[in-house]
Parts: sequence; structure tokens; C-alpha cells
Amino acid sequence: MADKKLNIQTMIFKLEQFWSSKGCMIMPSYDVEKGAGTMSPYTFLRAVGPEPWAACYVEPSRRPADGRYGENPNRLFQHHQFQVVIKPAPKDIQQYYLDSLKVLGIDPLEHDIRFVEDNWANPSMGCAGVGWEVWLDGMEVSQFTYFQVVGELDVKPTMSEITYGVERLASYIQDVNSVFDLEWGNGVLYRDIFKQPEYEHSKYAFEESNQEQLLQFFDIYEATAKRLLDQNLVHPAYDYILKCSHTFNLLDARGAVSVTERAGYLSRIRNLAHEVATKFVEEREKRGFPLLKNAQDKKAGVEDD
Amino acid sequence: MTKDYLFEIGTEEMPAHVVTRSVKQLADRTRKFLKENGLAFKDIKTYSTPRRLTILVEDLAEKQDDIDEVKKGPAKKIAQDADGNWTKAAQGFARGQGMSTDDIYFEELKGIEYAYVHVKKEGKKASDILLGMSNIIKDMTFPTKMRWDSNDFEFVRPIHWLVSLYGNDVIPVKILDIVAGRKTQGHRFLGDSVVLASADDYVDALKDQFVIVDAKERKEMIVNQMNDLVNKNNWTIKEDKNLLEEVTNLVEYPTVFAGSFDEKYLNIPDEVLITSMKDNQRYFEVYDQNGKLINHFIAVRNGNKDFLDNVISGNEKVLVARLDDAQFFYDEDRKYPLSHFADKMKNVSFHDKIGSMAEKMKRVKIIGDYLAKRWNLTDNVVSDFDRASELYKFDLVTQMVGEFAELQGVMGMHYARLAGENEEVAVAIKEHYMPSTAEGALPETTVGSILSVADKIDTIITFFGAGMIPSSSNDPYALRRNAYGIVRILLNQKWSLPFNEVLPEIVELINGKTPAKLPKAGEEDEQIALFIRDRIKQYLQKNNFKYDVIDAVLASSQQDPSQILAAAKVLGLHHDDAEFKPVVESLTRIDNILKKAKFAGHQNKVDESLFEDNSENELYAGVESLQKTEDLADLYEGFVQLQPVIDRYFDTNMIMAKDEKVKDNRLTQLNNISVLADRLGDLSKLVIK
Repeated sequence: MADKKLNIQTMIFKLEQFWSSKGCMIMPSYDVEKGAGTMSPYTFLRAVGPEPWAACYVEPSRRPADGRYGENPNRLFQHHQFQVVIKPAPKDIQQYYLDSLKVLGIDPLEHDIRFVEDNWANPSMGCAGVGWEVWLDGMEVSQFTYFQVVGELDVKPTMSEITYGVERLASYIQDVNSVFDLEWGNGVLYRDIFKQPEYEHSKYAFEESNQEQLLQFFDIYEATAKRLLDQNLVHPAYDYILKCSHTFNLLDARGAVSVTERAGYLSRIRNLAHEVATKFVEEREKRGFPLLKNAQDKKAGVEDD
Repeated sequence: MTKDYLFEIGTEEMPAHVVTRSVKQLADRTRKFLKENGLAFKDIKTYSTPRRLTILVEDLAEKQDDIDEVKKGPAKKIAQDADGNWTKAAQGFARGQGMSTDDIYFEELKGIEYAYVHVKKEGKKASDILLGMSNIIKDMTFPTKMRWDSNDFEFVRPIHWLVSLYGNDVIPVKILDIVAGRKTQGHRFLGDSVVLASADDYVDALKDQFVIVDAKERKEMIVNQMNDLVNKNNWTIKEDKNLLEEVTNLVEYPTVFAGSFDEKYLNIPDEVLITSMKDNQRYFEVYDQNGKLINHFIAVRNGNKDFLDNVISGNEKVLVARLDDAQFFYDEDRKYPLSHFADKMKNVSFHDKIGSMAEKMKRVKIIGDYLAKRWNLTDNVVSDFDRASELYKFDLVTQMVGEFAELQGVMGMHYARLAGENEEVAVAIKEHYMPSTAEGALPETTVGSILSVADKIDTIITFFGAGMIPSSSNDPYALRRNAYGIVRILLNQKWSLPFNEVLPEIVELINGKTPAKLPKAGEEDEQIALFIRDRIKQYLQKNNFKYDVIDAVLASSQQDPSQILAAAKVLGLHHDDAEFKPVVESLTRIDNILKKAKFAGHQNKVDESLFEDNSENELYAGVESLQKTEDLADLYEGFVQLQPVIDRYFDTNMIMAKDEKVKDNRLTQLNNISVLADRLGDLSKLVIK
């Protein structure tokens, strides 16, 4: 049986250590609100273009509509994802993933681990991939995707993305029925840190947000992103696109977006996503695709030895 | 000499639903490939798991047959021109045999000289031909394909290994950087890789590595283990072929286990519990001996019995989390009166271009009331229908349906019951989605049937009105299925609905009461009538009516599906009777005469005072009585009786009489018969031996 004492931060250390040993950089969480680890520039932008990339990071993921005032044991306004992206995807990436579970004390021989088809798509960001949800004794603990399209651009070489649901996996490992009973680290419980923000964010998202203001924000963020894109300022533009996306999610949680309008907003975000992805590749190319060059130099160095 | 040929494609986990059909595709493509290459074999067996697609070609010939034969070509005078040069014909002949004109010689046959070639070719070896298996991999198609690494090549999931063994010999088929060998992979966790000495070792060698490659055997293992559990616990289960097929293709080595959940969740409607178990977790739900759902489930693990307790408790925990969610939604939804949800229908879009659900529901009420009046339905039915039409989409905004979209209608029924709506109303809410597939179950109640028909008619009318008309290949809103559902319900309820007459009336009724754009009169509404007529055809084809009967009944002016079906039944029943031929011939003769006379079919009554012969009185009397016949079977019997009378009429009377009045009177008489016959169909379409 898995080690019950593995708290969340130890779990994260172990995953970071493991993936670092597989060549990943450990990146900090990105400081703009987002709905999923995929939307970090360390995944979204780095997925496009020819440059290699290998990174892992914890990403707080805000889903306003999933807020439950801290009262539901498994649904949260904000949960955490541990994200691993590697491009090109290693041939043995599935095995790496299974080895990472062993590091967390989960021996595949003692459980039922399954790769069940789940082709991922995020139409608002123009993304699609092929892959699985990974089941651990019937529980979906990770999402495993080979990116095919990001920002409506073909991902080539293909990037693999593994997203561990931190709370899900920890609930399994610590054998608790409510995420609020999880130990984050050094004896401090999840509830002590997140119960209050869960309540407050839910209260804000469902009751106190100002729709008029949010609609204005969306327009301002969108206009800003467009202006910055025109100036080839890719990264600040991307930050404003993330803000558009989060603002839309807040509006959606409030039920302020009709079905018809919904499609309109999503296509506005998708257009920005496509443009920023395209611009990113152009700007990297102007700089000679530095990471590609690094990798080739390294490879040449190895061959010279 | 023959040997077995083994070909295995090893991949990352494929989607369960593609496994069976993909291995069949691999076998079909291989069969075609071997036939085209003239390599004889006995049969092709297939094996498949989530991680492998495998074929075993039994008794595959070692080489193609050698060719040693003489081929005859054109005559010499055609093969060579006057100067002795080879003509195009000769060149073509030689080329066609894989030879050149140098190989041509002449020989006399029955006094004429012909060109010949002696074709002699050694058959290619199987080991060379089989290298072409790589093209079969490249040609395979899947619902979703993917690229991996830096390749452009696409397959259902990344390929990791290939095994290609002809007897004991490796055929090094190559795809990307993968070269086929004799090494295959066992179970991901329980097994090791294994080197095969020969093609025939495959099944047993992998069994030792915890992979049951024969899908049929795997399925039997699951069924047997499931039956053991069910019998031991005195449970019952319901057969679910699709789920069984799916779980078979989710595992390489199945172990069946049972789990349970707290009885307190049994207060949640069965459909919710079953959806939570089946759709989300791929569990089989369990019933007691009386068919009552109980707090247990059966699932299948990909592995052996070791540490099975971990697996059971993990699965139980997942299910409880899902049931907690369902309980939460169920409790939340029940806090509000139905009106709370129904009021939200104005904010729910039916379609961007058409308008809201609330508007749709208003139209459906008008349509249903109109139909109920037409069909003389009772006041009770009408009041239940009216109530149902005010509510019936409300569950779309409940939390439960938000989470489990497939429970739309079902939850509406449960919530309506709990809110004290009467049973007819509650059931109609569920039944209005029926039939949910082309041949799916129909609504059983009258209120459910009329709600379903009215809802579907509205959908078709408004989509056509908004210009979203299905094309032959594209029907994203399933309007065909909707129309087919209408036809089936009308036939089931024996409700008459002549579409050409009814559609303009319905469009008129809802006109102005909704922002939806409606079909143009005399244009798009006729298009809809034709669209529905095509579904009647589909129904008749599905029910095995002869094609000529279908053509005949659909070519009539009859618009009502029930009448068309009744006519098809009568014609189908008597199609092979001895008297069918004379009856049909007599009736089509009448049509031909009317056509030839260009008789406009005016509504004059037949004037008895103009009769010149007794046969005219006889026919008149017969037709008079037939006109009173409602039932089509009786009508046909009447024609059988009338047929000798018609023939006598023709024998005795000149239809195209000199006297215009008499002629007109006789044509009118014939026209009356023709109108009657049209109720059965355009009989000239019938093919009679």
C-alpha cells in the first residue's frame, strides 16, 4: 500500500526530482490566473515551433464555475495540477510516467492502472491532442496527451503533456475522502490554507462579481492583447489573453453568458490564441530558435566525444 | 510447401472501440494484398488487445505459382503492317504480357497466322512479397489518428514494435525506424518481453506473460468469472453486450471483482446510479432476484488476483465520490418548484438562428393542440398534453442533467413525479425524446406520443425555415431521425396525418407567435412533405416491402403515412396471388385510356340515363358500393370482384364513343375507378410476372 505519510509538498518534491532526472526544468508557477496548467506559457507557447522543451511545474488552476464555497469534498474553485511537458515526446514517456507513480509509492502490481482513451481538446485555445486519462483503481488521476494542434498550429515535433491532479492523487495516497483533510506539509492541513479562499472566491464568483465591469474588462484585455500583438510583444500579449480567458470564466460562472454569446467569446479568445502562437514562432525564428541551436550543439558535442 | 505467417503491430493503449474493427481491417487488407500478389493461404486468424493488432495467416504458400504458358495475340495481318513493322496492337499485346515484340512468334491456327508469346516467369517468394506489409500499416484508417515524435506518419497510437514471422523466419518489415523481429511484449506490469521461435508459438507464449491475445477467449473469461460471482451471491445482472465488448478491449488479462456502496444512495433514481457506474466507471450494475437494483457492482481489472483488495477499495472510493455528487445534485434540484426551472427556458437557446426553448415550447403546445383536435383525442389527453408542453424541457437546467446530459427527460420525469404532476405528464416528459435512435423504442403513452410528434414537427419546420436543411451527407441536427420518429409514432398510434395538407396549416398557426423564421408556403413546406415521404420509404424498406410495391404506394397522391403503409400491406399481401395480375392489368388499362384521352378528371357525376348496355349499370353499381369502402383490404377485394365486370364493360362498350356525351360519361366512370385505385398506389409501377 502507498505510504500514507506522503504529504502534498513531499509528493511535489518527489515528482520534481523525478522529472528533473528525466531532463525537465523545474519552473515556477506562472503568475497570471488560468484554468489549467496547459495555459501556462511554459506549455502553450513552448508547444509550438521547432524548439525542444522539457519542463515541469505546479500550476494553481482556477475554475470559477466549479467553486462550491468550500463545502463539497472534491470540487474546488482552485485546484492544483502538476504539469510535465516534453518536446519531442520521449518514446518511453508512458514508462516514465509509471515510474513516477512508483516514486510516489504506487506500485502498478498492487493496483489497477489503465490508460483509457480521452482525446483532449480546448477549442477556445485552438488546441487538440490525442491521449488518455490514467485510471488508478478506477480513479482518474492524470491526463496524458500527445499535442497535435496548439493555437491552431500543428505541433511538430509532438509534445507530450502529463497533468497530475494533485488533490486527486493526494487523496488517494493519504486515503482521505475530503480534499480538506489532506496534509499539505509539516502538519498543516489543506483546509487551514484553502477553505477560506474557497469560500470567498465562490462568494465572489457567484454573487459579488460585477458583470458590467467584467464585460468591460474583457473588452479592454482583448484590445490590449491585440495592440501588443501588433507590436510583436508576445509575452505581455499572452498575459492579457490569459486574463480574457479567466474573465470569460468568471462571466460564465455567473451565468451571464448566453449560449449564443458563448460561442462569440470563445471564438474571440481562439483568434487571439492563434495569433499569439503564430507570433511566438516568428519571434523565436528571428532569434534563431535558440533552444534548437543549444540542443544541436549539445548533440554535436556528444558525437565529437 | 506452406507455413504460417504471424504479423503483430505493438502500440500504446488503443481506444477500446477501435480494437476489434481495426484488427478486422488489418486482416481484410492483408487478405486482399495476398490475393493480389497471388499468394495462396488457407485462412487468416485475428488476435487483439488494447496494445496489439495481430493476424496469423494459416498455410501461406512459400512462393507465387511459376508462370509457364503460351499466350495468343492478334492475327499476323493485324500485328504487322504491310512493311512488316510491328503495329500498336502487337506492341500492346507484348507489353500486356510483360514481354517485348522480340518475343513474338507466329503460328497457324485454322489457316490463319497469329502472334504468340511464351511467358515464363518464376513466382516471387513469399518472404519478398511480405515486406510489403509496411504499406498495409500505412494504409490503415482510424476515427482519430495521431503523429508522434517528429514524424508525419499517423497511426491510432504510437507503434512500439512489430513482429513478423514466416514460420521460423523473420520478415524484416519496416515502418519509421522500427524493424520487425521476433520479440513481442507481455503484460505491461505482470509480463516480460518474449522472443518467439516460430509463428505458431504466439498465443501460448503470450499467455505465459499474462496476455490473452484471443479477444473471444478474454471475453469468455470475463463472462465466466462474472457468472461465478453472480451465482455465489444470488444476484442477477442484465446483459450489456456493448459494455462487455468495451471492457474486453480495456484489458489484456481480465480479473473480475465485485464492490459495493452504502445502501443510503439507493434513494437516488436507478438511472442516475446506473449512469454513474456504467458510463463513467465501466461497471456492471447488480440486481437482486426480483430485479431490484442493489448496492453492489461488478468490474474488471487488467491484471491478476494479487492485491485485489486494493483495487476493490479504490474503485469503491471513486464510486462513492461520484454518488456523493449525484446525491448533492438530486438534493439541490428538489429544493425548487418546477416553475423555477421552467421559467429559465427563455434563457436556454434551442438554436441561435431559431430562438429560445421557451418559444419552442409555446409552438409545440399550439401544434399539439391542433393535432389532438384532428385526431379527436379526449379532453384528459389534451389537458395533460398542455401541462406537459409547459414543462417538458425544464430538466435541461437542473444540476443533475447539467452533470449527466444523457439523463435528460428521465430526470424530468422523476422530478415531475416528485412535484406531484400526474403520471401521464411525468411520463410524457421522458417519452418526448423517444425514439432516441432510428429503431429505438417508441413512446408508449398517448400524451408522450403527441408531445414527441409535436416537438419533432416543430424542430423540422423551424430548421427548414431557418435554411438548415440536411444534405445527403450532412445532417448535424438529426432531422432525418426526427422525421423517421414521427412516421413510426404515427403508424404506431394509427394517427392520420396527410402532410401536404397539414404542414401549411401548422405553419399558419405558429406564424407570428414566435421570432422563428418559418418555411415559405408552397415551397419549403412542400420540401418538408417530400422529406418526410422519404422517411416513409425508409420505413417500408426497413420492413422488407418489395421495391415495386414501395414505388407504387409512394407514387400515389396519398400523403398519409398510415394509408400508405396500409396500401403497401395490401399490395404486398396479394402481390403473388393468381388474380393480382388481371386486377392490376385492368386497373392500369383504365389509367392508360384516361391518359390517352387526356381526360382532365372533371367532377361530373356519372349519368345513368346515358347508359346503353347492362354492363354499364353493372359497373356503375359496383363502383358505387366500392366508393363507400374505407378499408384498403376490402377495397382490394372489391377490385377482385369488379375485375370481370370491368373486362365485360370494355368488351361491350366503345369508350371513345362518337357521341361526346356518352364518351364523357364513360371516361367519368373510368376516372372514378382510377381515383379509387390511386388509394392503393400507382399500380403501373408494379412488376408482375
